[in-house]
Amino acid sequence: MNNMIIGKYVPGDSLIHRLDPRTKLLLMFIYVFIVFLANNEWTYGVLTFFTCALLFLSRIKLSFIIKGLKPVLWVIVFTFLLHVLFTKEGNIVFQWLGIEVYDKAIQQGAFISLRFLLLIVVTTLLTLTTTPIEVTDGMESLLSPLKKWNIPVHELALMMSISLRFIPTLMEETEKIMKAQMARGVDFASGPLSERMKAMTALLVPLFISAFKRAEELAVAMEVRGYRGGNGRTKWRELTWRGIDTAFMILLGFLAIVLWLLRS
Amino acid sequence: MDIVFRDVEHRYQINTPFEKRALYDIHMDIRNGSYVAVVGHTGSGKSTLLQHLNGLLQPTKGTVHLGKYTITAGKKEKHLKSLRKKVGIVFQFPEHQLFEETVEKDICFGPMNFGMSEQEAKARVGEWLALVGLPEEVRHKSPFALSGGQMRRVAIAGVLAMNPEVLVLDEPTAGLDPRGRKEMMDMFAQLQRRKGMTIVLVTHSMEEAARYADDIIVMHQGTIVRRGAPEHIFRHVDDLIGLGLDVPETVLFQRAIEQKFGVQFHAPCLTIEDVIKNLQTLFTRVKRI
Ligand SMILES: Nc1ncnc2c1ncn2[C@@H]1O[C@H](COP(=O)(O)OP(=O)(O)OP(=O)(O)O)[C@@H](O)[C@H]1O
Ligand SMILES: [Mg+2]
Repeated sequence: MNNMIIGKYVPGDSLIHRLDPRTKLLLMFIYVFIVFLANNEWTYGVLTFFTCALLFLSRIKLSFIIKGLKPVLWVIVFTFLLHVLFTKEGNIVFQWLGIEVYDKAIQQGAFISLRFLLLIVVTTLLTLTTTPIEVTDGMESLLSPLKKWNIPVHELALMMSISLRFIPTLMEETEKIMKAQMARGVDFASGPLSERMKAMTALLVPLFISAFKRAEELAVAMEVRGYRGGNGRTKWRELTWRGIDTAFMILLGFLAIVLWLLRS
Repeated sequence: MDIVFRDVEHRYQINTPFEKRALYDIHMDIRNGSYVAVVGHTGSGKSTLLQHLNGLLQPTKGTVHLGKYTITAGKKEKHLKSLRKKVGIVFQFPEHQLFEETVEKDICFGPMNFGMSEQEAKARVGEWLALVGLPEEVRHKSPFALSGGQMRRVAIAGVLAMNPEVLVLDEPTAGLDPRGRKEMMDMFAQLQRRKGMTIVLVTHSMEEAARYADDIIVMHQGTIVRRGAPEHIFRHVDDLIGLGLDVPETVLFQRAIEQKFGVQFHAPCLTIEDVIKNLQTLFTRVKRI
């Protein structure tokens, strides 16, 4: 569980860290679409270069990202193999035990795995360089036009930021309770099913109780301090859109155009 | 069992940007049957140290010997369950580990995990309740219907019920009322004296450390900086204050008297009883003159 890096924030002061969260959200959102523009060596090359540049600018250690991506790596390998084995286009490259592998299949498999990898790297990069609070602030700001249609944007953002805020706390709590029960002879890793069920109760009951208690305390604490929804509420952290953010959006538009021109 | 730490280091989340060295250079010996108090500023690594005593945490460097068990950095350990039977840990805020429908069931949970039969465990619940000073009536109540202090006692009973050789206590009395504190601490001391249990106690109360421990370990920023008998440790008042710690009120009182009247007590005042004894000798000496 500790190896998962998706959803974890790595503190830093790089260019990417300092971008407005809205820029990063838009960047990610648009990126998800323009990835699909790529369909040949050139376009994938440009896209990979762009992604690597983002990685470089974020100043996050490459080894850290590679290690964190390990859990999804097998999905990528699996996708690749699936394509290689089942696409039957182009010329046969080799034949073995009745399995025929075509050159187009290898190419397609490689492209699709690469697309997958790029998408994951970019979304991971967003969460690695943006605090959850910034993400929700950004979301709230981007979605605020929806308020016109009575969509409770502020409340949704608040729910999201509270849940994000409590994920680490709950993880910590889980670890603590697991340790306490392990000290009482619980074995979470092995044993017959009935004992494992018991082990899960010994973990989940205290976890739920503490979560409910926390929720209640939080609600009381918010009410005591006069919280009553989003109307007229000002923000302590104001988002500021700077020149560099505009520059990044232009760069992204430029990337889209290049991809459009280069695709076959 | 004797406990020996050799050059133990522990890093949390090793090999990530969040890596944090919580312990280093730990060399320590805890003799079978002794009562050791671990003191130190918040975040000094006390809880981390304790979790090495039953293999909940593995050192990232060095070796921990616990009786016939040896836990070495980087090696998978297999006999942890039998080790955990012998080393009972009462965590900080142990009331958070309660989960059963009744107090009785919760107390029986540990011993039954370690192989005690249900009948035997149930038959002995009364004994364990009495040990932690709870009335028999709570037996069939839900642990969640009890007060915080009572829940704490149930949780402690649940660990005592495992009848460990080594009892590890992480601030067991934090948040209890003064009387409850004293009862609890006296009970632990009795377990040590009567049953020969080894006790390792983490506490922020210097009074408790001075009164009950044979030996005090002072931790600072992840390592052991002082080690010795309470008389020895609390002789260096300014030293301890420099480490963000305190000394028992009685020691401060002794120091104030000694400075004010230019006298010297013949023994260090670790407890109120020591103060009384010292003052009595002092008065008789004064009277004689
Ligand atoms: N699970 C964890 N992951 C990362 N760091 C941790 C973890 N647990 C503790 N630490 C860090 O290790 C250091 C030592 O923590 P520890 O809990 O051992 O301190 P402590 O002496 O018990 O403090 P306290 O008196 O507040 O209980 C602290 O700086 C803490 O932030
Ligand atoms: Mg602690």
